[in-house]
Amino acid sequence: MSRLSCHGGTSIYISPLGDRAVRLEFGTEISEQINDLVHRAAFFIREKQPVFGVEEIVPAYSSLTLFYNPLVVLYEDVVFEIEVCLKELIERKEMKREFKGGVELSRRLITIPVLYGGEVGPDLQEVASLNGITAKEVVELHSKPIYRVFMMGFAPGFPYLGGMSEKIATPRRKEPRVHVEAGSVGIAGSQTGVYSVGSPGGWQIIGKTPVPLFDPYVVNKDPVLFHAGDMIQFIEINKVEYNKIFKEIEAGIYPIDIVSYPGGEGKRDLDGRCEQ
Amino acid sequence: MKMFEVVDPGLHTTIQDLGRTGFQHVGISPAGAMDDFAFQLGNLLLGNERNAAGLEMTMLGPSLRALQSSIIVLSGADLTPTIDGKEIPMWRPVMVLKGQLLCFERPRYGARTYLTILGGIQVPIVLGSKSTYVKGKFGGMEGRALEEGDVIEGEDSLRSSTISEIWGKLRKLQLSASVIPNYPLVGRIRVISGPQDHFFMKETLDVFYRSRFKITNQSDRMGYRLQAFKVTRDSLPVSLSIPYKENREMLTDIVTKGSIQVPGNGKPILLMADRQTSGGYPKIANVISVDLWKVAQLLPGQEIHFEKTSVEAAQQEFRKREYLFQQIEIYLRLQRQMTGGKIN
Repeated sequence: MSRLSCHGGTSIYISPLGDRAVRLEFGTEISEQINDLVHRAAFFIREKQPVFGVEEIVPAYSSLTLFYNPLVVLYEDVVFEIEVCLKELIERKEMKREFKGGVELSRRLITIPVLYGGEVGPDLQEVASLNGITAKEVVELHSKPIYRVFMMGFAPGFPYLGGMSEKIATPRRKEPRVHVEAGSVGIAGSQTGVYSVGSPGGWQIIGKTPVPLFDPYVVNKDPVLFHAGDMIQFIEINKVEYNKIFKEIEAGIYPIDIVSYPGGEGKRDLDGRCEQ
Repeated sequence: MKMFEVVDPGLHTTIQDLGRTGFQHVGISPAGAMDDFAFQLGNLLLGNERNAAGLEMTMLGPSLRALQSSIIVLSGADLTPTIDGKEIPMWRPVMVLKGQLLCFERPRYGARTYLTILGGIQVPIVLGSKSTYVKGKFGGMEGRALEEGDVIEGEDSLRSSTISEIWGKLRKLQLSASVIPNYPLVGRIRVISGPQDHFFMKETLDVFYRSRFKITNQSDRMGYRLQAFKVTRDSLPVSLSIPYKENREMLTDIVTKGSIQVPGNGKPILLMADRQTSGGYPKIANVISVDLWKVAQLLPGQEIHFEKTSVEAAQQEFRKREYLFQQIEIYLRLQRQMTGGKIN
């Protein structure tokens, strides 16, 4: 493992993940600052200063993994280039304080309509009683914050979200369900998430969104709705609205509410185009 | 063009190529052939692209009725392949005639066999690959393992006259015996330590590299669950655990094919082709790329022994293997060109 120290106190640990990937560690805790650094480094390497031989750039909570082709570039060479790249990134930060200019992240705020409770949210009451509050309060607490997508993983299109209120934290179900439908919104411990594909699962299911998070059969379009670094807010909808949105999605005319964050207006249609 | 009808799907038969790259950052697993060595040799023997889609079968092969005459290669595990009841050779091109039945009688050694077809299997390319990812329900044959009645499509442009002409060139092709792998009962698997080996005490790491690991029944394309054990002087196996240094939580992190994760129960999980892209357990080591095929060919009940190596050595081995593939490709091309002439 090699350690890259940069003046300003940032230490980045670089180590191999097998013979085809290299892992950069920016910290060991869940923190927005560290996660920002991960996403900035990912953005910088992807957009501004590509590293020769690198084929995939995969962010996690506090680390960034770069997959490369060892037929093209060897470990030592890739580490050398990454070090040059990171020094450049960190110096820009020091010169421009707030990452203005080239390395500013463009964040998106995506609003996800959710039908809470009832058939599609069978564990809502359980989450309420275990926390000594009403179902209505659970819905309010869940749809209030703006959540951050720290990373993607677990399943195609699944976001690891941060920012849920501890007041609705609930342990996983003792008896996992054999099948949880795609779109189901759940709580597991202090985490909340949306099942992007149908699968067995032990999360407490409190609602469901009609908006698809993953479609592998799209052509020339993004197969997933969320990306690491996005911000997400849930809004409560009723059964009538749910059915209306469901039909609009089937017909391909539902405009997913995506704006730049913070501030800025703009909606994205299903083709992923942004209308300003 | 319709090539084969699935009469019996076998235990778990899927369409695979070399996998899907470029989508791990949104949680999409690469999938792909478990044993990429046998798979690529199969395609090379047919003069296909090395990435051309083929069938991966596991332990119990399928029964396939040929709807067209075609040329195939079977590589990987020996599951006793037969055509109309007569055993056929592996690791070399075989002609299958329209109406014949391709079957697999019983597993002899190895776990996974590849059926590659001249021109490759034709299915829609989903996110850059034809590989089936069963857990995500996409790719290959409608995102699932083969079922009875499925029809496997091949290259349209191959007419029967072209096939007989190509068969004349391929029929005597053979690989040197030194290239064809054997599948031992105990896999000697080389690994690169880390990146979370600091979660374990030095003594535990020593145990890890000295122990033998049994592949448990909870093993599939996603990963193999392993049980460490040692053999005492009176030759009794004793189970061992791989504990953490201290009870420490790790943040969810990125994993890859060959990652060896150790959960709190001390029983390692070796991640394979259909792994998730992320995992929350410390990774004690990673299997090197050129040894992954050995893991792919091991069966539950068989054993693994881990040996430490360096990234530099692993990458040299990887480059050597690529060189071997290229040499085979050139050699086979020359053999094909000379066939029909003097040398044979």
